[in-house]
Amino acid sequence: MPEPHSVIIHSVTFPHVTIALEIIMDTLFLARLQFALTSVFHFFFVPLTLGLSIFTAIMETAWVRTGNEKYRKLTKFWGKLFLINFAVGVVTGIVMEFQFGMNWSEYSRFVGDIFGVPLAIEALLAFFLESVFLGIWVFGWNKIPKTLHATAIWLVAIGSNLSALWILVANSFMQSPVGYRMAADGSRAEMIDFSALLFNPYVWKQFPHVLAGGLVTGGFLVIAVSTWHLVRNSKERSEFETSMKFGAIYAFIGTILVTLAGHTQMQDLIESQPMKVAAAEALWETENPASFSLFTVGDEKELKDVFAVRIPGMLSFLAYNSFEGEVKGIKDLQKEYEIKYGPGNYIPSIITAYWSFRFMVGAGTLMLLVSLIALYKVIRENYTFSPLLGTLLFWSFLLPYIANSSGWILAEMGRQPWIVFGLLKTEDAVSPASVVSSTELLISLVVFVLIYGLLTLVDVFLLKKHAAAGLEAAE
Amino acid sequence: MDLQTIWFILITVLFTGFFFLEGFDFGVGILLPFMSRDDRERRTVINTIGPFWDGNEVWLITAGGAMFAAFPEWYATLFSGFYIALLLMLVALILRGVAFEFRSKHDNPAWRAFWDWSIFTGSAIPALLWGVAFANFIRGVPIDQSMNYAGGFFNLLNPYALVCGLASLSIFTLHGAVFLTLKTTGSLQKRAMSLAKKVWAPATLLSLAFMIYSFIETDLYQRLGVNPGIIPVFSVLALLSVIVLLQKNASGWAFAMTGISIAFSTITIFMGLFPRVLVSSLNPDWSLTIYNSSSSDYTLGIMTIVAAIFVPLVLVYQGWSYWVFRQRVSTDSELEY
Repeated sequence: MPEPHSVIIHSVTFPHVTIALEIIMDTLFLARLQFALTSVFHFFFVPLTLGLSIFTAIMETAWVRTGNEKYRKLTKFWGKLFLINFAVGVVTGIVMEFQFGMNWSEYSRFVGDIFGVPLAIEALLAFFLESVFLGIWVFGWNKIPKTLHATAIWLVAIGSNLSALWILVANSFMQSPVGYRMAADGSRAEMIDFSALLFNPYVWKQFPHVLAGGLVTGGFLVIAVSTWHLVRNSKERSEFETSMKFGAIYAFIGTILVTLAGHTQMQDLIESQPMKVAAAEALWETENPASFSLFTVGDEKELKDVFAVRIPGMLSFLAYNSFEGEVKGIKDLQKEYEIKYGPGNYIPSIITAYWSFRFMVGAGTLMLLVSLIALYKVIRENYTFSPLLGTLLFWSFLLPYIANSSGWILAEMGRQPWIVFGLLKTEDAVSPASVVSSTELLISLVVFVLIYGLLTLVDVFLLKKHAAAGLEAAE
Repeated sequence: MDLQTIWFILITVLFTGFFFLEGFDFGVGILLPFMSRDDRERRTVINTIGPFWDGNEVWLITAGGAMFAAFPEWYATLFSGFYIALLLMLVALILRGVAFEFRSKHDNPAWRAFWDWSIFTGSAIPALLWGVAFANFIRGVPIDQSMNYAGGFFNLLNPYALVCGLASLSIFTLHGAVFLTLKTTGSLQKRAMSLAKKVWAPATLLSLAFMIYSFIETDLYQRLGVNPGIIPVFSVLALLSVIVLLQKNASGWAFAMTGISIAFSTITIFMGLFPRVLVSSLNPDWSLTIYNSSSSDYTLGIMTIVAAIFVPLVLVYQGWSYWVFRQRVSTDSELEY
């Protein structure tokens, strides 16, 4: 196609502007950016829903079993924060379900036979359960017996966590496809074994990690809000000491579980997606024993280190629990994939994979430290905090958010160029430009950025307001 | 009966359930500014649907998921093709969903006014757009040989579809008004009754206009034949009976009738579509049918088992939640914020 005259003039005068515009108006780029923004935003809210629903249910169970008013007040208080967060999680989730068809129609046609199934089951099993029983819980305080009311919030918690399971069944197929065959004409993947899909080893590595991530997110928020009140010596001191106790234990258990689950998941990745591991480690060459990178500045074009500090043998140890064992490097994997899948670039963005992994693990390490401090204070029954410790315990609620987001960025970006590993490339998955134009994608992107920006402001404002207002106001 | 037909019926059921249930909570949202004069009344009106609206909306999410799983080509063509319309729908559903939760969490009047406005527009836009969408399903939209939508946003806004959109908007409003007569007391109930009577005439006229227009614009009548069976006929009769029942103060029956009218009209449109799911206006052979857009038999079989177990279960506990909150909500009741 001959280039329009004006573009030629532009490219002579402002070559960078033209190139930048071409990138911005590329449908693949816009669809990916939109998916990244909407899914990371959605997942700001989901882990807190997972963790806080269980926490609220524990509080209400304590009330039902002991009859202690304190627990009823705490149920109302944490329940209110849960509800504010839950609403945003739900509505941003609807966007995710619609988005596959809207922006990724080729993907939807290719995997619908498989991917649609867990999505439909998620709605039928999990969404109905959580939304119907949430309605009963919120409006049923004086209408149904206590035990039934507590059961309702447990069903909400179970529903939320079940929905995570089913969406991870769907995601795991993209990460590590199982239980399928290609249609005779190659146009789509077809399910041949539902149980293989459900018992995909990838699911059962990923789900505990996500579940524990929810516990951690909930636990650290409870620690932060309780600390805030304890430092200010609010009149509800004894209630917030109780919260702190539960929160610290909850966060500690969550952190241990998330670390262990993350570790087994990484070991599994060495088998299922070695390229993701190599990229996360900036491991250019295959090594045995393989070293772990502490800090690397790399050259992605030349595939080599500019500057690196590495611990010898450590990666082999993390991978195989032994200081020996081969971990494949980026260059060898690229060669292997070229033979297997044909010519092409099979290397994901290394800088993204490398740093998202470090942010996740770094945040995780800090969480372990903070939860140990919180647990120590709780065991000593010492609820006075120095200003420094108070500040640390408060702001640490951000750590799980950093870890959750960077974890998903690693999971999704580390899989590139594939959308379904080994089966379909992301560039072939986007809706045809003749159907969804770059203008339409740009409009929807701007709309979502504006609305999500508004939701963030409102959500932070409300959470802050109600967290600060304390128990009395939550009645 | 083949699995494709079973899934066509199940998706019909899901959309029917969605319109029947979310229909009245859309209606209540639309009537919010006309029903209530102060904040306490507004809260009372919202509380009539407070425990239910989220569960009602899951019918749509499930319908979307079921379309994706059972008829991926339908899902892909529809969602990528009706792009801007769906974007509007999403914006509406987002604002409406958070509004129910956010409005009462802060007591500034401007804050409440903004979220109440969001509930109104967030209910009115989807109520209108669903009519527009269903009219286009049956009228046909430009779909090319490779199942891709070849039109734009404004192709969807043809006069026929707009009439159907206004009909669905007004019927959902009527359904919501009748629901409010059942769930409120005192002056709110009186207002709901008078609004229901006012909305009935435009809702009925628009529905009749849609039916006549369908004769010109679609092959619905040829497909249903001279004896269309009781479902299409009853959808009309039920709507006509509503005004009589309202005059007699028989709110319960009137609600059953608006519900039947909505459910039967939805079923009628699906009957007219069968076995097609999206009609191509370019070439009848390019239409999407349940056969050329379905998943494999294995997948449909698995889904059938799942649906057979869980759909009845959902109906039981969702039904139970309606029973728990069967009482009327009045401005004197203790209001859950």
